[in-house]
Amino acid sequence: MIPELGNFALILALLLAITQGTLPIIGAARGIPSWIALARPVVQGQFVFLAIAFGCLAYSFVNNDFSVMNVARNSNSELPIQYRIAASWGSHEGSLLLWVFMLSAWSVAVSVFSRHLPDEMVARVLGVMGLVSVGFILFLLVTSNPFDRLLPAAFEGSDLNPLLQDPGMVIHPPMLYMGYVGFSVAFAFAIAALISGEMDAAWARWSRPWTTVAWVFLTIGIMLGSWWAYYELGWGGWWFWDPVENASFLPWLVGTALVHSLAVTEKRGSFKSWTVLLAICAFSLSLLGTFLVRSGVLTSVHAFATDPARGVFILAFLVIVIGSSLLLFAWRAPKVGLGGKFDLVSRESMLLANNLLLMVAAGSVLLGTLYPLIMDSLDLGKISVGPPYFEAVFVPLMTPAIFLMGLGPLARWKQASLPELMLRLRWAFGVSVVTALLMPFIMGEWKPLVSFGLLLAFWVIATIFVSIRQRLHNSGQGGLFTKLARQSRSYYSMHLAHFGIAVFIIGVTLVNGYETEKDVRMEIGSTVEMGGYTFRFNGASPVSGPNYQAMRGDIDVLHNGEKIRVMQPEKRTYNASGMAMTEPAIDTGFLRDLYVALGEPLEDGAWVVRVYHKPFVDWIWFGCLLMAFGGILAVTDRRYRLKVHTKHVETATVADDKRVASNPRLSTGGKKA
Amino acid sequence: MSLDLRNTCNGKQLILLLIFVLLSPLNWAKEAMPVAEDPVLERRMIALSEDLRCLVCQNESLAGSRADFANDLRREIREQMQANKSDKEIVDFLVARYGDFVLYRPPVKPATYLLWAGPFVFLLTGAGILFFYLKRRRKQIEEPPLTEEQHRHAEALLKEDKGNNA
Amino acid sequence: MTRFLLPLAAFIVLVGFLAVGLNLKPREVPSPLIGKPAPVFQSQLLHEPERMLASQDNLGKVWLLNVWASWCVSCREEHPLLVELAKSGIVPIYGLNYKDKRDLALQWLSQYGDPYTVSVVDPEGRIGIDYGVYGVPETYVIDKNGVIRHKQIGPVTIESLEKKILPLIKELQG
Repeated sequence: MIPELGNFALILALLLAITQGTLPIIGAARGIPSWIALARPVVQGQFVFLAIAFGCLAYSFVNNDFSVMNVARNSNSELPIQYRIAASWGSHEGSLLLWVFMLSAWSVAVSVFSRHLPDEMVARVLGVMGLVSVGFILFLLVTSNPFDRLLPAAFEGSDLNPLLQDPGMVIHPPMLYMGYVGFSVAFAFAIAALISGEMDAAWARWSRPWTTVAWVFLTIGIMLGSWWAYYELGWGGWWFWDPVENASFLPWLVGTALVHSLAVTEKRGSFKSWTVLLAICAFSLSLLGTFLVRSGVLTSVHAFATDPARGVFILAFLVIVIGSSLLLFAWRAPKVGLGGKFDLVSRESMLLANNLLLMVAAGSVLLGTLYPLIMDSLDLGKISVGPPYFEAVFVPLMTPAIFLMGLGPLARWKQASLPELMLRLRWAFGVSVVTALLMPFIMGEWKPLVSFGLLLAFWVIATIFVSIRQRLHNSGQGGLFTKLARQSRSYYSMHLAHFGIAVFIIGVTLVNGYETEKDVRMEIGSTVEMGGYTFRFNGASPVSGPNYQAMRGDIDVLHNGEKIRVMQPEKRTYNASGMAMTEPAIDTGFLRDLYVALGEPLEDGAWVVRVYHKPFVDWIWFGCLLMAFGGILAVTDRRYRLKVHTKHVETATVADDKRVASNPRLSTGGKKA
Repeated sequence: MSLDLRNTCNGKQLILLLIFVLLSPLNWAKEAMPVAEDPVLERRMIALSEDLRCLVCQNESLAGSRADFANDLRREIREQMQANKSDKEIVDFLVARYGDFVLYRPPVKPATYLLWAGPFVFLLTGAGILFFYLKRRRKQIEEPPLTEEQHRHAEALLKEDKGNNA
Repeated sequence: MTRFLLPLAAFIVLVGFLAVGLNLKPREVPSPLIGKPAPVFQSQLLHEPERMLASQDNLGKVWLLNVWASWCVSCREEHPLLVELAKSGIVPIYGLNYKDKRDLALQWLSQYGDPYTVSVVDPEGRIGIDYGVYGVPETYVIDKNGVIRHKQIGPVTIESLEKKILPLIKELQG
């Protein structure tokens, strides 16, 4: 009954989505107020039905309803309840339902937080999101229905893949999808602007907070995936340039370019068509990622097992959505005005250079990911493109971008002077070089690549200091804290996000340069030394988990002769699937991780044990968190929390844009960030 | 410390002393032996395997894969290294049998020129387009000069707002 | 004006590749040994360990080398076809017992039938590595001059027999 109810709810949601995708847009074009007004309530209705559908699926999982095929394939009665719930998005069908549910949640958010926007604009934005929703719900109902029955019902389920039975794995997909789906809002705003022909900077202002929030979720989602791989897969790696990882990284790169480009468009009214194109591109890459993961076109540990028929459907959907967007773009964009003037050396041009580098990086990652496919389709043979390629290409591209991160915030809008900037930053440069040359010695050994990475990171940090100091100097009267309080959150968010990148780089550089590993045979009582720590093996004993049996190792960690910790890595065998999993034990520290994993058992209770010392590895994910906090800080900026402007003021502002765009100080956008 | 043997009255004490001497340092624990017979060779093997693909896995390196087949290939590499084969010879051996698919670093050959040159070409083309476009754009935009009134307005704003504009 | 159509053009090219990609098999690794001499091996027979077979012994005839193992599930799928093929006498089939235990292998053959003229053992998979074997089952078509002419990845199917293997064998046999 419940699955049928869920199925029915999906159908109703589809009908509402069709309504949402057509009437408001036509209404906005033809000026039919009742159709325009439909948008918000229809969105909210669709959300209700999708919530019901999702609830039904989750309910079936929690209650072990093995007459539902999806539950039988992905769950098990011994599975702990939190994983039974997570299993509802662990499969292809379930994850798509989650996708579409989140799309409707974002649509509701847009419908609620858009009171200050013109109704026609909102109607178009929600309409576009409705059309996307139609595609996904149709895909669900036609090819990937999570409510398909399995008759006769199975006695017991096949169990959720043990790799997914983990808290990190539980939140990683929802965060990622919130990011992917969030870019649909920026996309919808861009398409709405193209449809209406009103390509002024106002839409950039409106879509900026939405884009930033989507970017924050995507950052967190990718970070969780990387961190999960590190602590779960047993080898201590955290990024493999796997096609599916790349598929999530591509929208992130373009999203980052978009966030920067929106700054230019909002403040200077420039590069409107470029920003629109980026918004289309970011969401297109999200969709492309969906295709790559589910079509079987690329080999990956992450890929869902699906058949080419589904691949054809998604590809058709991609063609319709992206093709029509790009067609609309080609038609409307040429008519857009150019916006404010700026010099070859100016903050605008530096932000554009940032865009260029990020887009080239994205293009290269895409090229590398798809090249095996391209060669195979042209019958040129089969190759593999892996980490050696991506690392060789990505790092050189990002280096100038990071260098620019120091210059950009200090450069003036419209016209900046390179000699003046160099003068301002000479101490920052000097300090960075010296620190970067000296730090490796503190770590034990000088390595050129480490110095280079540290140079980039310290450059970013040093320039942040210079920038803040200069800003405070020009902040009028008052003590330090008064001046600090005068700056906008937007300003701090920029520095926080950039600082996050510096922290990330430090983590990557130091862990790659100085991590050590030992692979040893440990008899009971034997020890191994690493990184100043001694590890003593006390044997392994059998333990039982809720749905697995395991051998748990007992290892004392000593530092300077004193026992500081006991680490208990496990080797698990899951009851339902028989799959074996290695669960490493990790001692997390601010300056290093100690990582211990059990290998194979030997005679007499001895085991092969892998021990790692990874300095600064947590700085990788901490850096990502800082970036995400930067984004969150940005959207809580005062200008988004001010009382709602009346529509009257807004329309006046829009008309003013053209006159005002050429003179930044008269811009009504408020504070510069 | 000298031992005055004349003062030890029995062999038992001597034996006890010997035992003490033999048992120090008093660290009882045995240092664990590395799994690999030759850790240096092993490191070299792992480094090479990291750039090779495990053919039976869903995109894992030969270094990281636990598959049986990966074990066989790692053994093969180890043996060849022990036989003093160079990295290049070992890679050629594998490519001759499994094709370029086994390499994670794509070989540079005509079919992959686009792959390796691509990023660089994108960058140069993009930078070129950007540069020329920006120059042309500057010429295209008309910027009306400020009127007297706007000038005064701007001055007033600047004076009041001095704190916040860097 | 036309430069605004560039993104669309690039997208269409991309879609073209993706569409073709849907019909490809990204996990299948084609053999670089096709058209090259079959790697030489010499190994004990499965049934009579005191006797050996060298691959050169087969020069002058067209033959199949089928890689199999008792632990291989897909091998059971193709086995009836191989048994029939052997009965028809069109081409001799030689087995490479890959990473297996002798008693288990013999038991498997007695259970499912033995299409092989003889089977040689490859307990550590070394012959397999020489032949570029990465999964089981795999089948090689080798011509009179000892050159590999075709590799079947995965189980032999009726379709692959009819469309590729049998016509090729006929052609090679002259």
